[in-house]
Amino acid sequence: MSTSGTSLKTYALTRLALVVPMVLILLTLVFLLMRVAPGDPISAALGGRVPVSVINQIKHQVGFDRPLYVQYGDYLWGILHGDLGTTITDRRPVSSIIVENGGATLELTIAAGIIAITIGVVVGLLAGRYRDTWIDVGGRMFGIVAYAMPVFFLGFLAQLFFGVYLGWLPTSGEASPITQAFLPVHTHILIIDAIWARNWAALWDIIRHLILPAVTLGIVIGGIFIRLVRVNVIRSLKDDYVEAARARGISERSVVYHHAFRNALVPVVTVVGLQMALLLGGAILTEETFNWPGIGQTLIKYLENRDYVGVQGIIVVFALIVVFVSLAIDFVNAFIDPRIRY
Amino acid sequence: MAVVGAAAQGSRRSFLSRLGKLWAPIAETQGLARVMLATGAAITFVFVVLALFARWIAPYGFSQYEVDGRRFPQLAPPSSAHLMGTTVESDDVFSRIVWGAQTELKVVLLALVVSLVLGVPLGLLSGYFGGPLDRGLVLVMDALFAFPPLLLAIVIAFLLSSTVGSGVVTAAIAITVVYVPQYFRVVRNHVISLREETYVEAARALGAKPFTIIRKYVFFNVVQNVPVIGTLNAADAILTLAALGFLGYGVQPTEASEWGYDVQRALSDATTGIWWTGLFPGLAIVILVTGITLLGEGLNETINPVLRKRRFVKVVFPERGKVPAE
Repeated sequence: MSTSGTSLKTYALTRLALVVPMVLILLTLVFLLMRVAPGDPISAALGGRVPVSVINQIKHQVGFDRPLYVQYGDYLWGILHGDLGTTITDRRPVSSIIVENGGATLELTIAAGIIAITIGVVVGLLAGRYRDTWIDVGGRMFGIVAYAMPVFFLGFLAQLFFGVYLGWLPTSGEASPITQAFLPVHTHILIIDAIWARNWAALWDIIRHLILPAVTLGIVIGGIFIRLVRVNVIRSLKDDYVEAARARGISERSVVYHHAFRNALVPVVTVVGLQMALLLGGAILTEETFNWPGIGQTLIKYLENRDYVGVQGIIVVFALIVVFVSLAIDFVNAFIDPRIRY
Repeated sequence: MAVVGAAAQGSRRSFLSRLGKLWAPIAETQGLARVMLATGAAITFVFVVLALFARWIAPYGFSQYEVDGRRFPQLAPPSSAHLMGTTVESDDVFSRIVWGAQTELKVVLLALVVSLVLGVPLGLLSGYFGGPLDRGLVLVMDALFAFPPLLLAIVIAFLLSSTVGSGVVTAAIAITVVYVPQYFRVVRNHVISLREETYVEAARALGAKPFTIIRKYVFFNVVQNVPVIGTLNAADAILTLAALGFLGYGVQPTEASEWGYDVQRALSDATTGIWWTGLFPGLAIVILVTGITLLGEGLNETINPVLRKRRFVKVVFPERGKVPAE
């Protein structure tokens, strides 16, 4: 018994140590990708609009005229200190982009994540429990179509139906201009700011803006969860301990709800974590569809302006989020399931 | 020489017959798996036909806005002249969808073939030989895997757009970079578990060379999974391509028509209640991806022994003859 505590600690430390090379490779990969591309970032961003002498001056300022390995060292050193660079086109530090626009992305992804998990677990459990009945067929078809539905197309349909045809919900932005102008900023997460200010009218306005983007993204991601939950339920319903529970004369209802479902949901924790990457990718599209002022939309803006520093900084942040979420998921799993701590 | 030739031919025949064996479980399907396979295959087939015969099926070119010097109406609702209406640029929506099928097919085929050609051999070698090569490849692939796939594709397309330009090839490369790590990972992990199987050990004990073992014993066991992953990835690739197009990093509108791009253009139409410019290209994506996914899931249920359900053969006992009762 006493060894289990230490082994969990050992596992956590080993896992943590493995993150270091992973992050280093990720950062190197991003750096190489952004620099191997022909043409230097400054000319690409400003070329044709300003004279060459100005470009050279800016290059010198930013340090792009130094040898590549010096730039690489500088880049790593900067990231170690939380400095992700300053964008070329509008001179914003990337870290402040993360703080200011990250709130909107966080709000959207968390809301969408909750919706996705709810849909995935409920439909998946039902489909797996009633395998090969019409519930299963319907649930799976819903899952497949939800997966096949590009988030921007579902967004288009939602805007058309709820925004234009019914006129119930706003289709663009995070809040109406009035709300945004008068709400004092604390966290950049508008929902929290509105609660903070006890401004219930603003809160309602923000929630109304959130519904369409969050449900759209949630449905699409939920489609993937359905499939996973269903397969897990089917697998655990076949397991020996379920059979054993049945043999002990426990009612079918109890077998399904207390024995099969609970175990079927454990692996889903992992998968939810792995879908983080998908959720972020989907967030980029959703933000672009609903004109949502998050990091994804900012990224697209910098891509259009060919602002390499902005693009590089945001990609690094996205990649780091994915790495650390998967790290956290591994910890949770090791905590739940002792077999993982080998 | 002749003997060598015959031997080579013999091994080629066995190669084909072994590939043929992959087909066998499909004939044995039943129930839902069969329905999914058939529906998926039918939908995919329709789109392939659209793609191959776009020239004859599409009434107009993908960016044609006039015929005989007369301009098409802008944003005209569906009518007999324009089955699915026209866009703000007076393009015929139906024609754009048909030509779009061709773009999807080209990009997806190119991307799939290249990722298979790169991912499968790398996975085989890395998994079988292990060592530093394996460790290095795994690290790089895992790093690539850590990126949100769409983000990776966007960045690659963005970087290539300034040099290669934005066309079918750029889009295909961007998608390839996303899928190579997936094939690599699946194949490698499978090979690692196979490496310790008794029959591989037996072959090794008999003195078979590593490449012979990979070719004869490992490859066919691994390749069984590839059709499933391949079809599921094809569905995913179409979504990625559409997303790239939606964000403006896919195939450029002057080069070919692309459904994702069309939906993006239609977003501004939606605010005025115009539905046909976005609905039809969007539906095309949904239907094609659904079709390919059904095909993949159906294949999975047929090939994957965990999920496979074979038909029960009814056991008919011989009648008890004319044994008199009592």
